[in-house]
This record gives sequence, C-alpha cells and structure tokens, in this order.
Amino acid sequence: MTAGPVVLLVEDEPEMRRFIRASLGAHGYRLVEATTAEEGVLLARSHNPEVVLLDLGLPDADGLQVTAKLREWSKVPIIVLSARGREEDKVKALDAGADDYLTKPFGVNELLARMRVALRHAAQPATEPKLTFGDLELDLEKRVVLRGGVEVHLTPIEYRLLAYLAQHAGKVLTHRQILSEVWGPGAAHHTHYVRVHLAELRKKIEADPARPKLILTEPGVGYRLREG
Amino acid sequence: MRSVPSMTEPRPDPDVLLKRISAEATRERRAKLKIFFGFAPGVGKTYRMLQVARELVDQKADVVVGAVETHGRYDTGALTLGLEILPKKRLEHRGKQLEELDLDAALARKPKLLLLDELAHTNAPGSRHSKRWQDVVELLDAGIDVYTTLNVQHVESLNDVVAQITGVQVRETVPDSILERADEVELVDIAPEELLTRLKEGKVYLPDQIARAVSGFFQRGNLLALRELALRRTAERVDVDVLAWREQQGVARTWPANERVMVCVGPAPASARLIRAGRRMAAGLRAPWSAVWVESLAPARMSQADRTRLEQHLKLAESLGAQVVRLAGTSVADALLQHARKANVTRMLVGKPTHSRLWDRLRGSLLDEVVRGSGDIDVHVISGDEDRRPDAARTQPAEPEKAPASAWVGGAVLPVVTTGVALGIRLLLPVPDLEMLYLLAVIFTAVRFGRGPAILAAALSVAAYDFFFVPPSHTFAVADARYLLTFVMMFGVGLVAGTLAARIRRQEREAVAREERTGALYALSRELAITASELEAAASTARHIATSFDAPAVVLLKYGGPLAPAAAWPIGTTLDAAELAVAQWVAEHGRPAGLGTDTLPGAKAVCAPLKTPSGPIGVVALLLAPKPALSAEQRGMLETLAAQAASALERVHLAADAEAASLRAKTEELRSSLLSAVSHDLRTPLAAITGAATTLKDASAPLPEAERSELIGSIVDEAERLERLVGNLLDMTRLESGALEPKREWVPLEELVGSALNRLEAKLAGRPVKVSLAAGLPLLKVDPLLMEQVLINLLENAAKYTPALSPIDIDARVVEDRVVVDVADRGPGIPQGASERVFEKFYRGPSRGVSGAGLGLPICKGIVEAHGGTIVALDRDGGGAVFRVALPVPKEQP
Repeated sequence: MTAGPVVLLVEDEPEMRRFIRASLGAHGYRLVEATTAEEGVLLARSHNPEVVLLDLGLPDADGLQVTAKLREWSKVPIIVLSARGREEDKVKALDAGADDYLTKPFGVNELLARMRVALRHAAQPATEPKLTFGDLELDLEKRVVLRGGVEVHLTPIEYRLLAYLAQHAGKVLTHRQILSEVWGPGAAHHTHYVRVHLAELRKKIEADPARPKLILTEPGVGYRLREG
Repeated sequence: MRSVPSMTEPRPDPDVLLKRISAEATRERRAKLKIFFGFAPGVGKTYRMLQVARELVDQKADVVVGAVETHGRYDTGALTLGLEILPKKRLEHRGKQLEELDLDAALARKPKLLLLDELAHTNAPGSRHSKRWQDVVELLDAGIDVYTTLNVQHVESLNDVVAQITGVQVRETVPDSILERADEVELVDIAPEELLTRLKEGKVYLPDQIARAVSGFFQRGNLLALRELALRRTAERVDVDVLAWREQQGVARTWPANERVMVCVGPAPASARLIRAGRRMAAGLRAPWSAVWVESLAPARMSQADRTRLEQHLKLAESLGAQVVRLAGTSVADALLQHARKANVTRMLVGKPTHSRLWDRLRGSLLDEVVRGSGDIDVHVISGDEDRRPDAARTQPAEPEKAPASAWVGGAVLPVVTTGVALGIRLLLPVPDLEMLYLLAVIFTAVRFGRGPAILAAALSVAAYDFFFVPPSHTFAVADARYLLTFVMMFGVGLVAGTLAARIRRQEREAVAREERTGALYALSRELAITASELEAAASTARHIATSFDAPAVVLLKYGGPLAPAAAWPIGTTLDAAELAVAQWVAEHGRPAGLGTDTLPGAKAVCAPLKTPSGPIGVVALLLAPKPALSAEQRGMLETLAAQAASALERVHLAADAEAASLRAKTEELRSSLLSAVSHDLRTPLAAITGAATTLKDASAPLPEAERSELIGSIVDEAERLERLVGNLLDMTRLESGALEPKREWVPLEELVGSALNRLEAKLAGRPVKVSLAAGLPLLKVDPLLMEQVLINLLENAAKYTPALSPIDIDARVVEDRVVVDVADRGPGIPQGASERVFEKFYRGPSRGVSGAGLGLPICKGIVEAHGGTIVALDRDGGGAVFRVALPVPKEQP
C-alpha cells in the first residue's frame, strides 16, 4: 500500500483535506498536504508528486499562479478543484496547463476517476493507433471511424475533432484548446466553430444526439470524451 | 442643613435649559464675532483691536489682517508689523483705482481670525456685497472669526438719535441684528476731553462727512451724549447676557408677559423714524416686533417715489429684525387692528399725523380710528415729525395718469356733436333744459376717456351752451346769473364723474394686475400639484417664471450634491460662470442676490432661493439683462413663485423618499420571507444529514449493513439537495443584484438540451423524455451556462411536480423571429390562476411533499428576460403544463 502514487493536495480548508486524506489513503495513495500556494510549490519540488490536486481559492495566491509555476519545470498532472460559478477560472487554469477540474462539492468516486485518467495519461501518451469507445472504433493510422462495424463518413474537421478528443479521452478539453488544435492558433475566439461542428459530429456518432453519451458537454468549459 | 432642595425654590425649566444648551452648542460651532465699539472716531478702536490680535498671535493663533486703516498713524501702524496681511483686491470704478477687502481670498485663506476694520464701511461698486457687514456675515457663516470696529453713530437704530444730537446725518449704517449677533462687544472708551486733545494734536483721522462737520460733531456736549449712548448700548447688551444667565440659573421670571410690538409703516419719510423707534421699544421690551403696511383698496394713489420709499422702509424694518407684514384692505385702520389682534400685539406704534384737522374731518383720521378700535392694545403715537431733508417727491402731487391723444380728441368732439344735436332738437321743438344733454356728454366723456378729457369737455360744453343757448345768443355774455350756477354744475359734474371714472378704471387695472399675479401663482401651483418628479416640477417652475417675467429662467437644484441646472425655459438656456457664482451664493445663503439686489448687483441675472424648512434646495435664476431690474413688487412675486416651487419640489422629493422607504419595506418583507423559506429548506437537509451522520458515528449500537448504507445514501442525497438550494439562492442573488451579465456565445440549442439532460440523468431516470427539435434551428446567441440552467430548472420542475415515470417532452421550433422551446409534462398542470404567480419568488405549487424554495422558475424568468426573451406557463392540451421559452434569434448568424 505504501508504494501507491504520491499525490500532492494543495487546499486550505481542513475539512476538505480531511475527507480527501481519508478517501485517498483508503485507496492506497500517499498524500502530501500543503495549505498555501507557496508551500504547495515547495512540496511539489521536494516530493515530486505524480498528481497534484489544486484548490483555486488559496489564501496567498490563486491556483492559476501555482499552475503556471509548476508548469515551468514539471508535467505532473494537475487537477483543479473549484466551486460552481467559477467556470472562467477553471478555463483559465486548464488553458494555463491544468489537466482536469472538479467542481466542489464532488463525490469521492468522481475524484478517483479523474485521478486515474490523469495518471494514465501521464504514464502513456495515447499513441495506440486503435481506440475503442463502446461501439465506436477509431483507427488513427488509417483515419477510419467505424460505428457498430459500419464506416462513418466524417469531414476532415469532424475527424480531427474526434481524434483530438479521443486521444485525450476522459480529460476535459477547453474550447480554446480544441480550436487551436483543430483549426490552428488563429481561430481561438470562434468558439461557435467547435459547437457547430461538434453538433454535426454528434449526429453521426451518437445514438441520440440530443442526449449524447459519448462526447459530453462540460458547461462553460469545453468537452470531454467519455472513456470506456 | 441643605440636604433636600425645597420644592418652592425656583428650578431651571428643562425646556429653557435645553434651548440654552443648543444655543450654546451652535455658538460653539459658529464663528465668533467681536466688535470694538466706540462713541466717536479717534477713541482707539483699531489700536485696541490690533493689540488684542497681537496677544493672540503671540499665543500662536492664526490671525490675518483683512482690512485695517491705520490712517498713517505710527503707533497703530507699528502694531500691524509682523501680522499676516491679506492683499487687497483692486477694483476700477470710473477711472479710479479702489482697494477693497478680497472676500474670496479671505474665504480661501480661511484663517481662524480675520481683522476687519470699519464694520459700517460701504464697499466699492463691483464688490460682491454693497456693505462690509454683509462680508462679515459671510465670513462668519464660513466659520471664520471676525474682529471689527464700530462707532455708535453707525448703529441703525441709533442713527437718527445721533443725528439729532450732532446734526450730522450718517448714511453708513449697520443693522442692529449684527450687533446682536456679536459674541462680544468691547467698549473702547476714553474721556471726551482726551479725545478733543488728540483731535487738536491731529491724531484723529476723520471720515469726510464728519470732517466737514467737525466743529459741530466734536463738541464736548455732543461727545458726552454720544459716549453715554455708546455706554448705554453696551450696557444693554451686558444686561441681555445677564438676563440670559439668570434665565439659565432659574432666577425668577424675567419678563412679566409676552410683549409684541407692531409698527404701522407708510410711505411718509417719517416712517423710518417710526421704525427705529419701534425697534428700540422692541429691544427694550425684549419683544418680537413687526412692521405692517396696509395697501389701501380705497383710491388714494401712490406715486412711484412713495412706492420706492415704502419698500425702503420695509427693508429697513426687516434689516432691523422686524417681521414685515403686507396687508390689503378697504379700511387701513380695520386691517391694522384685525392683524394686531390675530398676532397678539400688545403695543402699536403709529405716526403722529402731520396734516391739518380739516383733512381729518374730510377723510377721517386713521389715528382716531385706530385708537378708538384698539381696545386693550396700547397705541403709541410717535412724532411723525418735521422732515429735515426736503423731499421733492413728496411735495409733488401724485402724477395723474396720462390720457391718450384720442381721448382728448373725444373730449373735444363730443361737446361739438352735442351742440349740433341740441341745435337740431331746438329747431324741432322748444325744449327748456338742453344743458342736460351737455351733462350727458360730459359724463360720457369722463367714463369713456378719463378725468382730463372730461374737464375739457365740461369747459367746451359750458362755452358752447353759453354761446348758443344762453341769452343773449351767439355771445359769451350771460344775461341771467342763474346760468352761472348751471356752468358750475356742469364743471362739477365733469370733475366728479371724471375722478370717479378714473378711480374705477385704476381699480380695475389693479384688479387685473392682481388677478394676473394670482393667476400666475395659481397656474404654477396647479401644475406643480400634479408633477411627479423633481425634473418635471423644475421644468414647470422655469417655464412659468420665464413667461411671467418675460425673460429666460433657469432652475438649479442641489439635493445632496452640488448645485446643478435642472431645467430652463426657453429650453437650452444656460448660465455663464458669473451667474452660476451668483446662484451658488444664493443657494448657500438662502437670500436673493444678483441684478437689483444688495448682493452682486452687477450680475445679469437675479436669483431667488428655493427655500424649504430644511434650508435652500436650489435657486431660480431669471436672466433679466438687458432688461431693467425687477421692481420691489415683482421681486416679491418672484420670491413667492420660488417659494411655491420650493414647497412643490420638497413635496416631490419627500414623495420619492417615501417611495424609496416603501421599497425598502418591501425588500425587507421579501428578505424576511426569504429567510423563513431558506431557513426551513436549509435546515431540513441539514437535519437529515446530522441525524444520519451521528447515528453512524454512534459506535455503541452497531448497525446492520443495510441500514448503514441507507443512512449513507440519505446523507449523499440530502447534501445534493442542499447544494442545489444554495446554488439557486446564489443565482437568485446574482440576478437580483444585477450582477448577472449574460456572456453570450453562439450555441446550438441541441447542445444546451443535451447537456441539461445529462446533468439530470439521475433525476430523470426511467422517465421517457422525448426531444423533438425542428430541423435547421438557428444558432442562439445566449450565455450557454445560464440557458442550460433554465432548461435544468424547467426539467427539474417538471420532474418534481409530476408523477414518477410520467413523460416529459422537449420541443423546439422557430416562430417568426424567435426560437420557441417548450418543456411539457403530463402532471397536474398549472394551479388555477397561478400562471403568473409560479414565476414569483418563494411561490410553491400546492403539491405536497415537494421540497424547494420556490426559486427555480423565478430564476428561469430572470435569465430569459436578461436575454430579451419571454417565458410563460400554459396548460397543456390533454392535461399537464407547458413552460414556453421564446428567445430572439439574431438576424445575422455567424
């Protein structure tokens, strides 16, 4: 049990720390706790954690600065924790290099799932040529998408959109990230491109496009492709 | 032994004490005025003032010399050395350079104490105030202490007493009120002999007037009398202070009864004397006093000069502290007595008549009538004495009204016509009394054309009658002396009828003028009565005043903030900096100023304050220039209109206040209902969580696994419920505080619906949800988070109020220029008559067992409306409810 991954928790609320400590400990993670941004950066250097859980509302600095500081030298997955109604902060943190976010209050299962995704992405970047999500198969080498064994015809943009989401399956991607990846860095402001093409993509790959099961909307933030 | 104070011992009246305390408090805050008071020039007032000031400077006090005349005297000049001296303001008047106190510089410098010699000084033309004492009042109001000097002959109420003693009339006077306002009066006194010695040695500088009359003024007897006067005046003050002290200490009653003095004022020059006598009597009695003028409705005409003098008298009375009352009545005596009774006057001052007894016989004596009707009021008759100053205006008869040329022609033609007619009649039949025909012509002329033409007609008639009808005919000779009587009669009739007619016409004109005044006032007040906003009231005021005086008017208001123009007529009229400064001054001091007044008379506008009991709230500026200044009567009218406007503005303002208060009360009510709703809705899940958690914690009674997991499930559920509620409350707060600014983006409706359904996956479990979105729906430009919240709330609402497993339908289509989204259910439908109320905060449907704060739908409404859309609740065909959201579609899609 002691060999589990090291998790750095930067959070100033003692009750939050207590609940996370209890649940992560039970699942074999080793927890390092920091209560301020400064301490968080220090502990990140000294303990070299495999995942960082970062509260955005810290007393001495905002989580955004911590993210930027960590990203100067580390690729450790960062999961941002923040309250509802602060979507802009989350987007900023994600654009600054955070990997995922959780909205408080959250359940422990949600937390564990996100951590698993983060750890997996960190361990092995998605280089597999074939990805499978339910009845959807994606062959990145042949650039072919099959649904229930039948080829789905996608436009080049839809394909790039799907491929990008699939390569980061389980992880939230912001509108800006998708735009600069699929359309190139010049299009960062045209978020409706993403929305319109994504709606088209959903019509082709979702069973019920009005109730998508595969590509989920993260309101105010971006999209996430559901894993498994 | 004095353990218990005796009950009979006089105790200070708490009310008196309270008044005293508040007066003292005001005095503490108020700047102090000290007057160095002397009986003649040369007694050393300035010297003494500088001496005292130097002592203060030595104690590090902030003292500035505003204006001190040392008249080149070495010892006095030496005292100003080392004192800070305010630079004088240079004014040019008719080529002469004049130096005056720089009032603005003094106000800007704001020293603790300003030295200002010669309180009675008259400022050079072009200064803000015409008199220095007005400068002093302004300085005191600005919180600057002032030391000043004053000679006894300049005191208004003593002015004519001094003139009687010395034979020198001093024109520069200071109202007694400022002497009374002084916190300290220090008498600077030397023996008359010493003063005379100093005079001989040339140590006394004399102002022009006195220098001219130096032999008369500086006589030992005069000086003794003046000194006594000065000492007495100072002693009177001391007396007042002592009395105030006694009152404070509760020492017996100070005055037997409340005296009230009333002075009957007229245009006669002697009235000024009467006013001063009244003021002295009132001061001696410590009684309030009033100056009353009765405008007779009887025809006695007043010349313009009389009118001017009357206004001067009333102003004088006002400056001496009298309450000025203007009455109107057919009988002057009745009006006076009636007012005196109403106002509880105890003493009346009436001038001694100067005309002959014969006049009284003819026209009735005012004095007689007053004395006879006075009852228990004491009537004091003061000598309305000889008028030393010859008054040209007075000796002139009242100017007769001028008849137009046409009237004179009429007066000349009528007798000619009458003669023709009379000759005609005589040819037909011999009528004896043809003079009656002439009489008719004369009366007609009088009524139609006035007195002058009537007299002309009478003269011509007499001549014509004599020439044509009185034997011997065709000569002016009169054979029968009887006809002479006829001539006299014709003349007399012409005169009397003309006078009467003129009187009627004048009364008519006056009535019209009065009617116009009341008409203007009535029109303004009627309009003001229905105004609902300050701006409206200000606009009405500006328009009415501009039309009444036929000059542009601007209304400026200063509720709370700085004085700013609120309305103008004609629209677009503005004030330049100079007039704004006048308006500012008026707003600060609550007194009229500008063209034709004592203050800033050089301005182009006259400004009247909008006064309310709580102080001036604004100013009416009337841009008269290049028209002449207003007459006293017109100014009274302006002030009346301003007063009317002020009370209306105050009313509107108070109404707005009241509205704000009722809004606050409503908000308060809302807050308390919010509190009760929230406290219930927050506490219920908290209670469940606490209960479940403490049960789990209780180690003494281990629970079976099934119950444990049930309790844990309830903790999770209740926590979620709590989270939703808090979220709703936060949303509502944001909506209401106006902080909710939709961040619009182009979004397909589909995505919003999908995201909302996903979020509610657990809650909608097992329910058939049918989504039918019309093909080709345009993109919406909305805040995706907020609009998703709308859908979530609507779906949640449907789930909450309908039986489990009943279907929910989402349907969207384009109707005209809107996207219409229906969220429909098959539940009980909207409660009867509640289709509006469901969107009210804290309204909850009648279904039992439904939790929630009644905020979901109000939030939807708030968000939809913030997007320019609408939301309604409808009954669905076949049962159930439909919530219909209609959102505008932007014309241009991206």
